[in-house]
Amino acid sequence: MANASAVVESPVAPVLPDANSAGRLHRRVIIGLALVLIVAPFVVYPVFLMKILCFALFACAFNLLLGYGGLLSFGHAAYFGMASYICAYTAKVWGWPPEVAILAGTLVAALLGLVFGALAIRRQGIYFAMITLALAQMVFFFSVQAKFTGGEDGIQAVPRGRLLGVLNLGDDRALYYFVAVVFMAGLLLIYRVIHSPFGQVLKAIRDNEPRAISLGFRANQYKLLVFVLSTTLAGLAGATKAIVFQLASLTDVNWTMSGEVVLMTLVGGLGTVFGPILGAIVIVSMENYLASLGAWVTVIQGIVFVVCVLLFREGIVGLFSRWLKQPL
Amino acid sequence: MFTVFGVPSPALFGQLLLGLINGSFYAILSLGLAVIFGLLNIINFTHGALYMMGAFVAWMLLNYAGIGYWWALGLAPIIVGVFGVVLEKVLIARLYKLDHLYGLLLTFGLALIIQGIFRNQYGVSGLPYAIPPELAGGQRIAIGSTPIMFLPNYRGWVIVASAVVCFATWFVIEKTKLGSYLRAATENPTLVQAFGVNVPLMITLTYGFGVALAGFAGVLAAPIYSVNPNMGGDIIIVVFAVVVIGGMGSILGAILTGFGLGLVEGLTKVFYPEASATVIFVIMVLVLLVKPAGLFGRSA
Repeated sequence: MANASAVVESPVAPVLPDANSAGRLHRRVIIGLALVLIVAPFVVYPVFLMKILCFALFACAFNLLLGYGGLLSFGHAAYFGMASYICAYTAKVWGWPPEVAILAGTLVAALLGLVFGALAIRRQGIYFAMITLALAQMVFFFSVQAKFTGGEDGIQAVPRGRLLGVLNLGDDRALYYFVAVVFMAGLLLIYRVIHSPFGQVLKAIRDNEPRAISLGFRANQYKLLVFVLSTTLAGLAGATKAIVFQLASLTDVNWTMSGEVVLMTLVGGLGTVFGPILGAIVIVSMENYLASLGAWVTVIQGIVFVVCVLLFREGIVGLFSRWLKQPL
Repeated sequence: MFTVFGVPSPALFGQLLLGLINGSFYAILSLGLAVIFGLLNIINFTHGALYMMGAFVAWMLLNYAGIGYWWALGLAPIIVGVFGVVLEKVLIARLYKLDHLYGLLLTFGLALIIQGIFRNQYGVSGLPYAIPPELAGGQRIAIGSTPIMFLPNYRGWVIVASAVVCFATWFVIEKTKLGSYLRAATENPTLVQAFGVNVPLMITLTYGFGVALAGFAGVLAAPIYSVNPNMGGDIIIVVFAVVVIGGMGSILGAILTGFGLGLVEGLTKVFYPEASATVIFVIMVLVLLVKPAGLFGRSA
């Protein structure tokens, strides 16, 4: 309805102040998370953990954009998938070492994000979502047709190689710790961005763009920067995933992947620092356990979507955050 | 036979015809999206799934109940429309006071559910649906003794039927009393409600009508493409691009953009087939650069 903007509920739960105690809590959670990451491969199958970490980073990157920038990109699979292709191709065909291949993939995602972001921020709200989705579909069709992506087969048997020429990533546990470090670095970067002056302006633009503009902030520059940051980190996640699974395929650039990352963020808690991680754990585990059900997984994902949107918009971590009366 | 830029005329006009047919589906679907968006302010991601459902309902009517194409053409949109009304009443209506993005997410979830159920039931290989016998065969079109192209009757019918439905919708919305209520409610629902018009009912019926259009397009599409659970997901994203290009402000704009882009896609298939899948997205990029509000849009 045209005049309903006054009653529109912000997509994100209001964050209560008291920065000091929140900061202490966050530090504890991050340290706890790091400890869990160190111990986890002795308890759980490392490849499964790496899958969760890649998707968690992907979801955190997405959440930076939607939860803090208020921009719903429905095409994040494009950056995730394209980075995955570039990483797989440079590592396999050109024989680049894994860390360089990952960086190359990430860089391409950043550039793609810069171009697509500059286009998409020309429209707001619902149009922004449609444009990002359409641009991502263009990348998908490009990936279907381009020679280097291997079409339906994808790029298979990507070598994991040696990290910095020393550490053999063929070993699952060694690779796991590498992925865990990448993930933590990504998370800390996002955390830093959210709590920086840049992050504050971003939230201001999210909550009231005309007002932020009238205060002299160039909203479009902020939006573009957060978009590129988000696509870069999504690319980092995708490139890392290509090394982990030694595979880059069309699944990673498909629009269903874009939907999946939205779902992870929604389930975990939109606009919470740690929500997307929990969301990734829930969704990846669910897919793992339900894999035998085939297409029913899609139906269940759809149902989770509907239930989350209708009844559980704050997400799991959002709920905790309300109980603790602290932003998480 | 003659050639245009080295392309034989039957190939050229055949692709143009196919383009026009795709264009008529884009037009009907983007029209439905625009009508729904105007009043409900949500982008109906379920639209593609309901288009697919229209095709499946026609197939089911034929195979389970022995009801043929012509009845299906009327019945399937009604069934899809009623289904849409139920969706709106039970689920979508709960979101009107929230950010519009939630509407997109909800309808995306619904699309996954509908698509998943049909995929489970019928697989992804596609089911055949025969062209009705009245429209089998085709016409050879020639100027003098030069053959121009072969026009299958059914394809001609699809273009005529879609054009009629599109312009009927335009007429109802732009030229009738009912349409004026609708346009008024799009501008200011509270005020229209104050004049004694039952706006919530109007919203529900609009949604039902919008998705019935999608169902109608599905029935038209069934004999051309095989009936496939994925047909909706593939087309809806293209339709989104069409909507961005046209802008959702104008009904006539949505129709023209739909047909026009279908033609452009057909032409691309003739002269540069590699780009045919992406040409609409490329046009979207160009339009965003030159006229961000869309060709027929009002800038927000």
